[in-house]
Amino acid sequence: MFIRKAPDLTCADVTPKSVYLDRREFLRAMGIVGATAAAGKGLFELAWPSKTAFAATKLTGLAKSPFSTSEKQNTYEDVTHYNNFYEFGTDKSDPAKNSKNFNTSSWTVSVEGEVNKPHKFSMEEILKIAPLEERIYRHRCVEAWSIVVPWIGFSFSNLVKLVEPTPKAQFVAFQSYFDARQMPQAKYAGIDFPYVEGLRMDEAMNPLALLGVGMYGETLPNQDGAPVRMVLPWKYGFKSVKSLVKIKFQEKMPPTTWNRLASNEYGFYANVNPTVDHPRWSQAKERRLGEVFKRTTLMFNGYGDQVAGMYSGMDLKKNY
Amino acid sequence: MRALLISKWTKVSVFLLCLVPFGELVWRIIKSELGANPVEFLQHATGDWTLRFLIFTLSITPFRKLFNLPDLIRFRRMLGLFAFFYVSLHFLTYLGPDQSFDLSGMWKDVAKRPFITMGFAAFVLLIPLAMTSTAGWIRRLGGKRWQLLHRSIYVAAVCGVIHYYWLVKSDVRKPLFYGAIVATLLLWRLGDWFFKRRSQAPVRITAPGVSVNG
Repeated sequence: MFIRKAPDLTCADVTPKSVYLDRREFLRAMGIVGATAAAGKGLFELAWPSKTAFAATKLTGLAKSPFSTSEKQNTYEDVTHYNNFYEFGTDKSDPAKNSKNFNTSSWTVSVEGEVNKPHKFSMEEILKIAPLEERIYRHRCVEAWSIVVPWIGFSFSNLVKLVEPTPKAQFVAFQSYFDARQMPQAKYAGIDFPYVEGLRMDEAMNPLALLGVGMYGETLPNQDGAPVRMVLPWKYGFKSVKSLVKIKFQEKMPPTTWNRLASNEYGFYANVNPTVDHPRWSQAKERRLGEVFKRTTLMFNGYGDQVAGMYSGMDLKKNY
Repeated sequence: MRALLISKWTKVSVFLLCLVPFGELVWRIIKSELGANPVEFLQHATGDWTLRFLIFTLSITPFRKLFNLPDLIRFRRMLGLFAFFYVSLHFLTYLGPDQSFDLSGMWKDVAKRPFITMGFAAFVLLIPLAMTSTAGWIRRLGGKRWQLLHRSIYVAAVCGVIHYYWLVKSDVRKPLFYGAIVATLLLWRLGDWFFKRRSQAPVRITAPGVSVNG
């Protein structure tokens, strides 16, 4: 049990989250939301009235995980108000501001490609694939900052087994949701959307690879990749696709967003590696949010025991 | 207008205005309102204000000439020194939290990272300008030499913009915005110099029968 720091005053924070969400549910049930929207909340809410359908529901009955770290967790406030989600803007505070009305209702994740059982999963189906676990992972951004987050989800391998990949499936391609109308800030990001990422099959099957559906005991907030995302703690943060809509199993290595922008700076593997610097800055150290001085970055972000074997014999200076 | 510009109180007011960004940062430190990454917040804020004050300083001469307000010169040294004040704070946020006050580590970083090299070059270029900003130094160096030395602010401003441009990952709007302003201010000087030279150029008389190619 941890205690949340009182957040800075923003409109959404004046009222405790649980209270205002409940109230919104209540108002919608009463059919008042439409009237409020017309009264000045904007056409956006009218167009997507059920936007909170999946927001901040408590997730209970979580199993503990042996992969969890005992390190001090970052506050919910820090994790939800300092992150990258370029679809909603490039400043660290932009995702929280610009994703408030992001519509995640009737979400589906299409699993396709080299599989025997392609399927379009609803969120309800995803939540039933495997028992939910809480996994407290270190998260290291390529920009040399890091956080400790109590994620909720299950090993991605559970989903993989369900769709039965064919022997041709060597790689998994991931795609984030993109809608220019809901994400008007994206046009300034300087990267192409939809955001795409990929893993080698053995990486995808590694038990550490988490299909995340929540954090801090509840469903994912919009700015952290609601309603479902990948969490790959031994890789730089940009590998962990947010707001996942498509998973494709394929024979060829898939293109990845940052690699397409600058292949000399961002490789396909993007494993956390303090000995291989980003061409423009050092990766030897990182700043854990909440700390002033930088701490040493660990090889594979400290998950070497679980993942190092997958890369034995590979030149990690070339395959960065 | 002139009376306002030469008033002692205007100068005091401008001085206090220049301290407002610093005051805001101190206030935020006291109230711990620097967001999730306070060090980064201070680095970005002091970097932004350095570029802004360099731009203010570089704007004085064009504004003096375009609007015929020669008395604006009274503020140029102060604005320049504030640019140096903010760049010094910016440098300290790097030397302290990023490099843990380890000078040998800092030198390695300066040598290895082009964007740090650029920023450091801009900082170093501004040091002699701050040191020789007094009337005594203008006298000692002589107006011409002093002016020549202080033209290195042009180089420092360009280095500062490149430093910022090389830092960002993909969204280059802000560095390009600063870059456009600095470019405008420098191009204005080039144009001013060019037209002044043309209007002042003595009429050349070429002796008849002497070919340029000999």
